[in-house]
Amino acid sequence: MSKEDVLTLDYWCSPFCMRVKIGLTEKGVAYESREEEDLFGEKSELLLKSNPIYQKVPVLLHNGKPLSESMIILSYIDEQWPSPPLLPSCAYARAQARFWADYIDKKLFEAVCGIWRSQGEAVEVAKKGFIEVLKVLEGALGEKDFFCGDTFGYVDIVAIPITIWFLASERYGNFQVETECPKFAAWIKRCLQRESVSKVLTDPEKIYGFVGVARKMQGIE
Amino acid sequence: MGEVQVLGSWGSPYSRRVEMALKLKGVEYEFIEQDLANKSPLLLKYNPIHQKVPVLVHNGQAIAESVVILEYIDETWKGYPLLPQDPYGRARARFWAKFIDDKCYTAIWQTVWIKERKEREKAIEEASHHLKTLENELRDNKFFGGETIGLVDIVSNFFSFWPDIVQEAAGVEIVTEERFPFLCKWKIEFTSCSAIKENLPDRDKLLAYLKAQFTRSAWKY
Repeated sequence: MSKEDVLTLDYWCSPFCMRVKIGLTEKGVAYESREEEDLFGEKSELLLKSNPIYQKVPVLLHNGKPLSESMIILSYIDEQWPSPPLLPSCAYARAQARFWADYIDKKLFEAVCGIWRSQGEAVEVAKKGFIEVLKVLEGALGEKDFFCGDTFGYVDIVAIPITIWFLASERYGNFQVETECPKFAAWIKRCLQRESVSKVLTDPEKIYGFVGVARKMQGIE
Repeated sequence: MGEVQVLGSWGSPYSRRVEMALKLKGVEYEFIEQDLANKSPLLLKYNPIHQKVPVLVHNGQAIAESVVILEYIDETWKGYPLLPQDPYGRARARFWAKFIDDKCYTAIWQTVWIKERKEREKAIEEASHHLKTLENELRDNKFFGGETIGLVDIVSNFFSFWPDIVQEAAGVEIVTEERFPFLCKWKIEFTSCSAIKENLPDRDKLLAYLKAQFTRSAWKY
């Protein structure tokens, strides 16, 4: 397949965009990544045409056909390029994977951002909520290396990009994930050993810088 | 193919989705009504994370979240497929199912409970906008799934009974034949299918329940 058949519309700090790129990389699919330079200002014509309903990234264009919503794109990637599989083969295990992916998608990013978006007493409340979510995920992980067992897959891909936002919240919330949730921290380290993950994830220090600017703009001390 | 139970609630469209899918596939199941104000040990055991209905229990293994359950049902019982075979068609169906859940349901539900007139009119406008987007996808097709009922039709089950009841209970009119001719035509096709008709909630019971809720919340138009 020639490189230009698979195009992703991206934004550098979006964990949702990173899910798509990790998925493609795991499958060995060559793709072109196009950055939305002014995502919060003037969106590109291609973005507006490819995702008219939400006007958001990520978008995947495969042979010109557009797809949006990161988890739906990830499922598409898994079904379009079946090897290596990102989901288990048995229906019940797949359902469990989808359940946890849905839980992570609904809870994790909101929970971590809630910390750096808060000030005063609200920070402690947000921190408590975030750690609760991590504890639930530690329960889901159990003694396994990855969410679905021995191999890195769908649920791990859904969760790992969000972890680049942890550093900012740790600093502003004055805590460490490694201390509070060592099992989850160990899972992060395992994922970072994968080439697809280390290649695609943005440096958490850059996210920390971005968060600092966002807090100033919102008047958060 | 083993024992199947559904933990559900008579008035919940989410729980009805699961029953509709099982009926379409000719799968026998035991329905166990849940009192959500007084959660049963069974519900807490099978869905400890969200403690909500529906839950599907198949051979003692529990699956929660209605769309996750629908995908599991489709993968486990092959008769009457709910999703197309091709990855792009599947992605499109999942996209619309998510749009309905994220945008349409919330918007419509909210219109009923907003007390202030101007705010309610704004909410109705937003709900109508989302429904128009959905109707543009349906166009003149018999079902969202084409000639047969599919995932998106089942996820849309809410529209087949809720708007009428809300109109009668509260005088809030959203889905009219004039504004949504295709959705209204779809409603007739959808509810004429026996697997669906048998699984619509009791109209009088739902009407009485809504009216009681309105009285309790001192709702005024």
